[in-house]
Amino acid sequence: MPQHPIEIILIQQWASMMSVPIWITDAAGDLIYFNEPTEALIGVRFEDGDGLSASDLAARFEITDADGSELHWHERPLVIALEKQQPAQRHIRIRAGDGTTKVIADTAIPIVGEGHRQLGAMVLLWDTGEDHP
Amino acid sequence: MKITLSGTRGSVGRAGPETMAYGGDTSCVLVTADDGSTLVLDAGSGIRRLNNDFSLSPDRIDILLTHLHMDHIQGLGFFKPIFDPNSEVNLWGPVSSTMNLADRLGRYLSPPLFPVRLRDLPRVGVRDVRPGSFDIGPFSITTDLVMHPGPTLGFRIEADGASIAYLPDHEPALGSDEFPKAPEWTSGYDLSRGVDLLVHDFQYTEAEYPSRQGWGHSSVAQAVAFATQVGAGRLVTFHHDPDHDDATLDEVHDIDTGFELIPGRAGLTIEA
Repeated sequence: MPQHPIEIILIQQWASMMSVPIWITDAAGDLIYFNEPTEALIGVRFEDGDGLSASDLAARFEITDADGSELHWHERPLVIALEKQQPAQRHIRIRAGDGTTKVIADTAIPIVGEGHRQLGAMVLLWDTGEDHP
Repeated sequence: MKITLSGTRGSVGRAGPETMAYGGDTSCVLVTADDGSTLVLDAGSGIRRLNNDFSLSPDRIDILLTHLHMDHIQGLGFFKPIFDPNSEVNLWGPVSSTMNLADRLGRYLSPPLFPVRLRDLPRVGVRDVRPGSFDIGPFSITTDLVMHPGPTLGFRIEADGASIAYLPDHEPALGSDEFPKAPEWTSGYDLSRGVDLLVHDFQYTEAEYPSRQGWGHSSVAQAVAFATQVGAGRLVTFHHDPDHDDATLDEVHDIDTGFELIPGRAGLTIEA
């Protein structure tokens, strides 16, 4: 596997220290890292999820809009960040690894590196504390 | 291809009898191809030694700057060819996210820090460098950003069937939880992989590193681990800490490695 750009390495190092679930994808949307709080949230270890696309992983969460309605692919913050190169946030519901349904503030930020290179995106999943049966 | 170490000290110069063996001048390396073509790597105070080096062709001199910390540019204003209208000098170095190289260098080469402005130098060209590859004469150069505060480049130089990687300021252990086991998460890996001669940061002892983590430099063990990880043929130690006198440096070089360890001493010439 080739070495990641230095900007991605630095974000990965930062994310590994954070207590908030964070994912990093490359510019194609392929998952390249998620941190331990993400593992706790989704019930998948990074080593086990390595090689999954972000969409494959997202499919495991049964993601819907915050009100439970269908969330179209192009409405998802990560997709907006990657395709439009804009930050995006939305409250969503996910099925967590422990089987509970949680409302998450899903924030995606494009990673724009040196020379305005589009390197991917990082996603912060902030648990709002609202659980649903 | 060969290199000559003109300045090996990091951070700030340290001249005196206690640094006679390794040298007190800051970063500068002369690279010479078999056909006599030359490149200068960094312009620390060691570049003054090149004022009297007649292997440098006055027709064209190319200086590759890894970054703009003072120990890598402070010799520029004292390098005579930049004032010589008969010499073309090209400065190659990193941009920042908001400024080109000329504007960044101009902060040093202008009053009050220096009496002469960059734009007033007769035949000095300034070339922005971004990650990628380019050629200068017989040299094929690949560059990428490496782990050090601010935009900092490492260089891989290939010529005459040999390769050199120059990463004088580099902290590869930062950013890799499993250093040195995960190449894809190791800064500088692609640039240095399989290189014949690795010139690398060797600044701290293991006792010093913990209180300096994140400053952008390697411990001795990290430099050796990085050289091992990338499969370098030989490691030339570089960017010696100003607190390390000759006796200390002799001591820190007394280690076993799986490759040839070359203590970086000013004036030393090494065939790649």
